[in-house]
Amino acid sequence: MRRFGPLNLTALALGLAFLYLPIAVLVVNSFNDSRLVTLWGGASLRWYRALAEDAAMLEAASVSLRVAFLSASAATVLGTLAALALTRGGRFRGRLLFSGMIYAPLVMPEVITGLSLLLLFVAFEIDRGFWTVTIAHTTLTLCFVTVVVQSRLVTFDRSLEEAAMDLGCPPLRTFFSVTLPLIWPAVASGWMLAFALSLDDLVIASFVTGPGATTLPIRIYSEVRLGVKPEINAICTIMIALVAVGLIAASLLTKRKGAQASLGVRL
Amino acid sequence: MQKGWLSRISILAPYAWLAAFFLAPFLIVVKISLSQSAIAQPPYLPVFDPRAGWDGLRDFLGGLSPDSYASIAADPLYLWSYLKSLMIAGVSTALLLLIGYPVAYALARAPRRLQGVLVLLVVLPFWTSFLIRVYAWMNILQHDGLLNQALIALRLIDQPVSWLATDYAVYLGIVYSYFPFMVLPLYAALERLDPSLLEAAADLGCPPWRAFFTVTVPLSLPGIVAGALLCFIPITGEFVIPDLLGSSTTSMIGQTLWLEFFGNRDWPVASALAVVLLALLVTPIVMVRQREARQLEQA
Repeated sequence: MRRFGPLNLTALALGLAFLYLPIAVLVVNSFNDSRLVTLWGGASLRWYRALAEDAAMLEAASVSLRVAFLSASAATVLGTLAALALTRGGRFRGRLLFSGMIYAPLVMPEVITGLSLLLLFVAFEIDRGFWTVTIAHTTLTLCFVTVVVQSRLVTFDRSLEEAAMDLGCPPLRTFFSVTLPLIWPAVASGWMLAFALSLDDLVIASFVTGPGATTLPIRIYSEVRLGVKPEINAICTIMIALVAVGLIAASLLTKRKGAQASLGVRL
Repeated sequence: MQKGWLSRISILAPYAWLAAFFLAPFLIVVKISLSQSAIAQPPYLPVFDPRAGWDGLRDFLGGLSPDSYASIAADPLYLWSYLKSLMIAGVSTALLLLIGYPVAYALARAPRRLQGVLVLLVVLPFWTSFLIRVYAWMNILQHDGLLNQALIALRLIDQPVSWLATDYAVYLGIVYSYFPFMVLPLYAALERLDPSLLEAAADLGCPPWRAFFTVTVPLSLPGIVAGALLCFIPITGEFVIPDLLGSSTTSMIGQTLWLEFFGNRDWPVASALAVVLLALLVTPIVMVRQREARQLEQA
């Protein structure tokens, strides 16, 4: 019989408080009318209004969202293909290098990934900007998509595909009408994960960005270095709210299974 | 199944992408780390000229210089930066283990129907941006922030203490940011633990604390190893946390690399720093890879 004593309860409560307290402080402060954190000047949307007038911040948010959408979509296609190759490709030439390249970016320090991609773009004289950030994020996130989709494919029942093929369904059609619908939740949560990671990334984007392609994290970072600002509290609260809504929607959509798999993989 | 063009594409497309944007860049880093130190402006000497054939290759190899590595080895600043990174990563991993273990243990012991929700609650904050989470601590630790106010209200201090720009803040930020990286592997190991083993120990007269150290901890060792590696490796290369919460003397290797690149614009030295850092981390990375491969096989 498992026992769940007061000691365990305390550990859990303290652990969760540690996780949520800073976020709660941030959210509450974003509604503080006073510029000083020390004073509660009453609840207000003042900093949200200031945010709506901050053109540079809005532009950065739009860049970030576009980069995240494009790179997540590209990474989902490539990552799903890579997962298929790893689980079903059998032994092909260069498999070891392939799986090495899939797993290495998961643990590689971001400064190294960023530096090496920048040096590539410089070596081939590619102008840095929106597309270089998108390429960099695709490279980073496709590995995460692969791991999520792979975890689904490992438990996949191949006999369904075989049945379709036996009945004369061509391979491509089998893939789109049998395989893809079955692994769909994993593919969707892989896309979400890639989207979130791309929105999150500061270090790699800082290396490979160029004029006119300031992403939201780069923008926030340049403000935050100078200290705490109420406007930043507001934009962080909006991002937290978006993430929360996205996660709830996703867990309803995929009936939790896929979303939980990807939550686990992100860590 | 026959290998049709579909499966060929599924291998070739991601392979080509990763070769172009992961492998090739890394080879360029290695090459530039061996180039002659020149400030800021590419192309770096030597330049490989494929048209010159073997002579070109010989000239290229002859022109490579270990200068950047020599300057890293000669300057105690770099050595200190590596040591400091490893030390911060080591201490924070130990702290994470100390704090994470009780939480993971409680999670594993929680009523089954609540476990899914509780795990989700632990992971949830980590879908928000890394930057936001570090920034949230700046709100609390700043001069007139919540922590100083609370301590003054409790009469523990009478003057606000500067918490920001200290190593304490860096440790706090790291422990906070990597918390689930430690808790989840520990939870996975503890959750599988068969409670009848502890009952057996108790039946044989083993006190609970002793059963914990002789049964629970050894059996959760795979989780401890996985969690420790999952934290240690990225913490060593961490940039954002020490940059925002630390002081100018924190100088972890990620910051040094960043400064060398963006500040001093010495690309060969920055590249050499990256190569050495990767070499330092390669052993644990290989270990993680092998673990993952084994786990995938088991799954």
